[in-house]
Parts: sequence; C-alpha cells; structure tokens
Amino acid sequence: MKQMRIDPRLNAHGKRTSLIGRIGSTPTLLAGTLMLAVLVLLAAFIPFISPYQPSEQNLSAFLQPPSAEHWLGTDQLGRDLFTRLIYAARTDLKIMVLAEIIPFCTGLFLGMVAGYYGKWLDTVITLITDTFIAFPFYLIVIIVAFASGAGERGIYITFILVGWIVFARVTRGLTASFRQQEWVASAQTLGLPGIRIILRHILPNVLPQAIVVLMTDMVGLLVAIVTLGYLGIGITPPTPDWGTMISDGQSFITTAWWLSAVPGFAVVYTGIALSLVGDGLADLWRKK
Amino acid sequence: MSYNIILEVEDLSLETKQHQKLVNRVSFALGKWETLGLVGESGSGKSLTLRAILGLLPRGVEKVAGTVQSDERTAMVFQDPRGALDPLCPVVKQLSEVVRFRQQVSKKAARGIALELLERLGLPDSLKTEDRYPSQLSGGQCQRVVIAIALACKPSILLCDEPTTALDVTVQKQIIETISALQKDLGFAMVFVTHNLAVAAAMCSKLCVMKNGEIVEQGETLELLQNPQDPYTQMLINSVLPVPELEGSERIWN
Amino acid sequence: MMKPSKTLSATAGNKSRGSSRWLAMVLVRALVVILCVTTAVFFLIRIVPGDPSKMILGEYSTPEALESMHHALGLDLSLGDQFLRFVKILFTQGDTGNSIISGTSTRELIADRAPVTLLLIGMASVFAIIIALLLATLAATNKDKLPDHLIRIFPTITLGMPVFWVGLLLILMFSVRLRWFPVGGVGEGWGGTLHSLALPAITVAFSQIPTLVRSLRAQMLDVLESDFVVTLKAARIPRAIIMFKHVMRNAALPTLMLFGVNLSYLIGGTLVVEQVFGIKGIGSLLFSSIAKRDFPVIQGIALYCAISVVIISLLVEIISRWLDPRTKGKS
Repeated sequence: MKQMRIDPRLNAHGKRTSLIGRIGSTPTLLAGTLMLAVLVLLAAFIPFISPYQPSEQNLSAFLQPPSAEHWLGTDQLGRDLFTRLIYAARTDLKIMVLAEIIPFCTGLFLGMVAGYYGKWLDTVITLITDTFIAFPFYLIVIIVAFASGAGERGIYITFILVGWIVFARVTRGLTASFRQQEWVASAQTLGLPGIRIILRHILPNVLPQAIVVLMTDMVGLLVAIVTLGYLGIGITPPTPDWGTMISDGQSFITTAWWLSAVPGFAVVYTGIALSLVGDGLADLWRKK
Repeated sequence: MSYNIILEVEDLSLETKQHQKLVNRVSFALGKWETLGLVGESGSGKSLTLRAILGLLPRGVEKVAGTVQSDERTAMVFQDPRGALDPLCPVVKQLSEVVRFRQQVSKKAARGIALELLERLGLPDSLKTEDRYPSQLSGGQCQRVVIAIALACKPSILLCDEPTTALDVTVQKQIIETISALQKDLGFAMVFVTHNLAVAAAMCSKLCVMKNGEIVEQGETLELLQNPQDPYTQMLINSVLPVPELEGSERIWN
Repeated sequence: MMKPSKTLSATAGNKSRGSSRWLAMVLVRALVVILCVTTAVFFLIRIVPGDPSKMILGEYSTPEALESMHHALGLDLSLGDQFLRFVKILFTQGDTGNSIISGTSTRELIADRAPVTLLLIGMASVFAIIIALLLATLAATNKDKLPDHLIRIFPTITLGMPVFWVGLLLILMFSVRLRWFPVGGVGEGWGGTLHSLALPAITVAFSQIPTLVRSLRAQMLDVLESDFVVTLKAARIPRAIIMFKHVMRNAALPTLMLFGVNLSYLIGGTLVVEQVFGIKGIGSLLFSSIAKRDFPVIQGIALYCAISVVIISLLVEIISRWLDPRTKGKS
C-alpha cells in the first residue's frame, strides 16, 4: 500500500474548510458522494415515496414483472420489490455504519499504541492479528456470527471481534514510520507523554489514511452482512435485507431472475459509491 | 581539424502532460570524438535532455518542439548502477543478452564476447564461473557492468547520466578513468551529464550550463571556465572550484 | 497490503548465517501462530452465550440429556483439563473429537470432503492468476489509454459484488440460459468433475481478480519505470523479451507474496461458493454442521483451514526468499 505523505503541520481546521471546497474539484469524490446521497435520501423518504409496506403481502399479484404499479415487480408473496429493496437499504446501511464504529476506534487505537511503543506490546498485538488473519475471513465471520446467534446483535459482536484487525495493521505501519520522523522525536524531547503525542500528533496524521481504508472496509462489511443474510445466519426475516432477498429469489432464478439480481445490484451500487468516495478522498489528500 | 557533427539538438522543448515546462529550447551540437558536458543543478533538465537524445522519455513527458538529429548509435550509462540492472537476472546473462541481440551472434559466442568485455572493464574472474546477481556486486562493479552493456551496443555516442554520483569518491575516480581510457581506445563521442563542475572540466572539451530547463551559457570548457559570462555560471564556478587553480594552469584542462 | 519487497531488500546483504536465523525466526513465528490459532478454536465454543449443550439440544431438553452432552463435549472437566485434552487429541490424532451427530471422527469427515474443495481452490487460483496477469499486463503496457481505464474501473465495480451473487448470475447466464455447464453438483469422472467445477472456480477467481490486478498493475508499472528497463530498451532488446523475461519475472515475486496473503480470502470464498453450487465439500460440511450445531466438526474445519493458511503462507515466504537473489548475500 502506498503511503500518503501528509504535512504534519497542517491543522485539522484548515483541512476541514478546504475539504468541502475541494469535493467539487475531485470528480470521483463528487460522484461517490452523490451516489450515496441518492441512496440515503431514498431510504429516508421511502414511506412517502412508496404506497406499499415492505412486508405487505398480496398473494393475487405474486411474481409480477416490473410495471408502472410495481417498479421492480413483486416477489413470490406479492410484496413490492422496490419498496423492500429500499427498506432493506435502511437495515443494511444502518448496520454497516454502526458495526464499523467500534472496530474502527479500537483498531486505530491498538495500531497506534503498537506502532508507537513497539516492543512487547507490539509483539502481542501483532501475534493477535496474525492469529486472526490465519482464519479465512468468511470462515471466522460465519462461525462467530453463528455462535453469537443470528440477527443484528450477532453481526455487531462478530465485527467487534474481527473488524479491528484491518485498521490496526494499517495504523501500526503508519505510526511506526511516523515514529522515525523528526517531529515525533522533537515532541518527545519536549517531555510530552506518549499518549499525548499519540492523540495530538500521530492521530491527525494517521486518520486520513484510516478513513480511506474505512471506505473500502465498509464495502467488505456490507458484503459480509449480505452474505450472512444469504446463508441464513445474519438478518432474520421478516426484516428486509438484501442478502435474504437474494436467497429468497434463488428458487425463482429461472422464471423471475430479477428477484435475486436486483438486490445484488443494490449492493454493487453501494460498493461503487463507497469505493469512489474512498478513492476520491485518497486523491484529495494526496494532492496536498 | 575536420569537424563532423554527429549529433545535433535543436530547439528541444520538453513538457509534462500537464504542460509544465521541463526543458526549454535547448540547442547544442556534438562532433566526432568530442565530449560535451551538461552541467547544472538537479532538476535543471540535464537528464531529460539525455533521455530525449536516447529517444526514451520517461512516462508523462513529451517532446513539444525541436529536433534531435543523429544517425549514430547511442548507448547510455545511468546514475544508479544497481537500478540499471535487472535484480533477478545474473549480470553475465544480461550482458550476453545485449551482445546477442545487438551483434547478432549465437548464444555461446555472445557469452564469450560478454566475458571479454567484463575482463576489459576489470571485473573479477569469479563472474565467469558463478552466477552473480547485481545485489552481490558493489556499486562500482555494477557501474562497470552497465558500461559493458553500453559498449556491447557498439555506440558512437555514449550518453553518461551522472555515472559517478551514486558511488564512493575513490570509486568515482576509477570509473572516470575507465570511461576516459575506453573513449581513447574505442573513439566514441560522449554527452556527459553531471552536477560536478570539476568532473565536467576534467572530462569535457565543451560545456553547456543548464538552469531551469534552459542553457544559460555554452562554449569551450577552458574559455567558459576562465571567462564565465552568465552570473549563474560564475556562481557555479565559485562554489565548486577553488579559484587559484583556475588561473593560468591550462594543463589541468587538457 | 505491505510491500513485501521492502522487507526482503532490507535483509539483503546478510550472510548465510543471517539466512538460517531468518528461517528459524519465521518457523518459530509460524509455530506460535499455530498455537494461538489452536487456543482460539478451543475457546470458540466458549464464546457462545449460555450453555452450548442447550443450544445443541434445544430449550426443552432433559437434564440427563444435557448431562451426557456435557460429557460428550468434555464440558464436565475443568477448563485446564479440557484444553489439555483438546491439544492432546489434536496433536496425537490430528482431530478435534467425534461428530455429535454421526459419531464419525472429524478428521475422517474432513478428509472425505477435502479433495473437491482442494481441487476447486486449485482451479480458482490458476484462473485468478492467469486472468489477473493478462489484465495487469494489458493495463500496464497501455497506461492511461482505454484498456487501462477500463481495467482500472473493474476493481471499483467488483469490490462490492457478493461472491454468491456472482455465482448466481453466472449460473443464470451459463447454466440456465446457455446450458454450457451443469446447474450444480459435481459430475462423474475427471472430465465431469472439471466441467462441473469450472463455473464455481471462475466465481471464486472473480472475487480475487480485482485485488490481484490492482496490485499487479502497480508492480508492473514500478518495474516498467525502473532504470533497468530503460537500459534494456536503450540496448534495443526486443519488447517481448523485456516484457516476458524481465518485467514479468520482477512483478511475479511480489505477486506470489500477495497471493499467499490472499489465499485466506480465497478459501473463505470457496466455502461460500460451494453452498451456491451445491458442491459437497468442506463448505457444505461447515454449513450442515452449523445447522446441526455439531461443534467438534465446526472446530475441526476452522482449525484445519487456519493451520493450512499458516503453513502455506510460510511456504510462500520461504519460496519467495529462495527465489530472490537479493537475499543471497555478497561473497
């Protein structure tokens, strides 16, 4: 991974004001933000947009192809696919964001501590990450999600346990490289305590890269949530979720292929949006 | 003395794709047997000029104007000798490969010629029997291999891009001596890029002083050093060479 | 991804004594990770909130049944004794106990399913490497031209594609519509097996290609920009020879490292894809064991997968170092 060079003298305030101004000048960032905005707005206002409820069944109108009445058709129980799709976005996006908060913070903290203090602390944290990485990602996610019980809670527990690894690895490397640099040494000679140097000086420099990684990681997390739903150990019906929608539609793949295809496209759409935001932010911060 | 121009650079201008000027209207000519020095600080466009002569500009750099005219074969010696060799390929194999394609000989004959070349450049005999990779040779040895590769192309113009900058001071001298001796023996012309005015003065009969992509002054080495017109040249001379040595002692420059 | 070449070149120039020390370090580290993995798998059953026996037997089980389940899982022993027993069975018999449902040993169950999964992983790896190499070469040699732009967009689009969904779409396209491949299951004989595994292997490979292409392209550009390529070009060596003999070789080494790192993801993807295509491999064993709450088997699968990943990464690391002359030292 290429490291971005960030001017350590830049203050957080200056960065924030120029950020908004520069979103427009970075096309990938603009496109990604717009794509996300469309999805979030749809999810927020779906009760006013759609006349249907997500679980409203209509057995006289099942498996209908797309029409003016049902924009994306209906499923095997006659539920409106578009309505369910957007309600599912509510579920999945909410879980995606919430499930990422704790792992992001712990990973960042552990990575900085390991990279800054080195020695035995670093050895221990590296050993833990090495152990986790030995398990294939989906294997560990599936087993932990199953063990902690299907449903939202299981997903949060799973990602609190395994989600921090990525951030810890990235931050550890960055912090270790910053540690070699003069401005850290000069802060040390001033007698600042380590935790202060970490929070005041290293964190602002590690954060941009960590946020870029966060964007890509959210895509992976979303795909994992959807995969768990598909396998029946994630979100449980009747809560609408893209994964369970794909799995429900699988039985009708020969007759009504869009039932499985469309929720998948929603995942891909969100993935593209987040990737674009990530790439855009990386470009933005690299330009400085 | 007959003066045959074998390389003529005229109004050469190079830009990045974003239209940032890198080299601006550079012109000079190189005669047979002659050595021309391009001196100036880093970033002044010396190396890019050289790459333009070689016809292999780095990605993202374009020639926007001017011509490079030459019918002669060129070869190049690089600043970082280790980087100029494939790290995963034994050095003898790299050299034989060049010999094979440039001199159109069999694989076996190419190896023979390659070993001769290496011997001529004073590389140890151990290279003949064992596979040696660039990482196993010293910087000076790598540079000799790079020079051997350049010579394998049988060039009539040798382009040297700061060939000694990355080396130890003692090795620098040996490499300079080797290049000078080879030039005497084989009779190629040279364009010698350096930021070291002392080296340039020792090697070159003509000098071009470059700054910010432009030639600020050019002329015969002795004349230019003794009577610099441009303030930048004066500054270079003052900063590099002790003034007393310059006065009257013509022998140094010949 | 960490750049492996950096750590390699940092140790360059060490004498062979440094090499054997390096080997010892790497081996010890792998061993320690294997021990940690074992411990983690042992505790896996214990992160379950409540009584795993109750989870297996259901809420309304008799106390006697619970008692015998406790015994079967070894939960009636002290934690230390349980761990010792677990480690002992693992290292003497290579096992994690018998299946609660069928009574067969976990090792046998896994050995029975492993061939299909290994074949699928092998095919997926071959597909992934070939396609990634082709695309990366195409992109790197046409930098900033149309093929490069198209190939660079590719990872952005495919990053968010759930692997099972890709499998479904491929089934829809190539099995249902075009009828080129069977819809699921594994065919008879070698030909039939390869034919029926082709589509799942492509599905797994598809999930690996974006990462591989992205980093391979960057590696190739690095190599293409390096001085030695200019040396070879200046010597007018034919382009094809520069590309295949020099650039590819130099880009191959980091790719091998990256592939070792990604193997873990590839195995995970394979387990999920087996489910989509109805292939009776380790993946389907995992899901049926999960459905039946068959803890020893789940533990066994987790352990075997993790230990394979550790051993393969170790081999990749050793092979890369052995292939790289930069680590051989001066003489």
